[in-house]
Amino acid sequence: MLRGQGRVVAAVAAGGVFGACARYGLGLWWPTARDGFPWTTLLVNAVGCAAIGVVLVVLTEGPRVPHPLLRPFLATGVLGGFTTFSTYAVDAQQLFDHGLPGRAVLYLGGTLLAALGAVWAASGATRAVLSARAGRGAGA
Amino acid sequence: MNWLLVAVGAAVGAPLRYLTDRAVQYRTGFAFPWGTLTVNAGGCALLGLLTAVAPPDVRLLLGTGLCGALTTYSTFSFETLKLAENGARGAALGNVALSLGAGLAAVYAGAGIGHAIWG
Repeated sequence: MLRGQGRVVAAVAAGGVFGACARYGLGLWWPTARDGFPWTTLLVNAVGCAAIGVVLVVLTEGPRVPHPLLRPFLATGVLGGFTTFSTYAVDAQQLFDHGLPGRAVLYLGGTLLAALGAVWAASGATRAVLSARAGRGAGA
Repeated sequence: MNWLLVAVGAAVGAPLRYLTDRAVQYRTGFAFPWGTLTVNAGGCALLGLLTAVAPPDVRLLLGTGLCGALTTYSTFSFETLKLAENGARGAALGNVALSLGAGLAAVYAGAGIGHAIWG
């Protein structure tokens, strides 16, 4: 299973470092109090979901065949490392444990809606741009 | 130093996600994103344990770095959207419910194990 995977694994690792450091940096810049609403993680996850909607539609449905390491680096690496499910779940647990179940449920549902809405809107908008360009190309 | 801890953790966590996802999907087929579910639940258990008992520098290396890069919200969202777009609405809803349920259960299980062993 690992045969020929060295370059892909390296691309995923390099992208993951970029993504995770960006997430860490945003957390330092905009820290969340222990019982506060975790806006930073919510925004990181929503932005990362919008970005993956654009990136994967361009790479898989776009007119050009992408470099084979672009998807592992950008999607699996950078965006996978940027967004996080574990911090999301632990943030919610911390809110429950601080006696704030309403805030925890709002955070769980709010992130879910923001993330799914972002990936849906971004992939739809990217598809619209791609097909408008393809239409112009065919007409020219 | 803190940045280095996060970077080293992520350099291990992201490829670990990629390889685990491939191994799981290879065995379970491609109808349902079991691979992402597996890494997300595993990362939640580990981060639950670390948050309960680990010192700050270990949390940066294994929590912010490794668990953060091991787990993913973007792939989870994209795979859920794909299921819905392909007409598998039940599977899309199931993926959301299972990911949330397994993730939260894993956090509490990890924290419980941490407290049981290290107090």
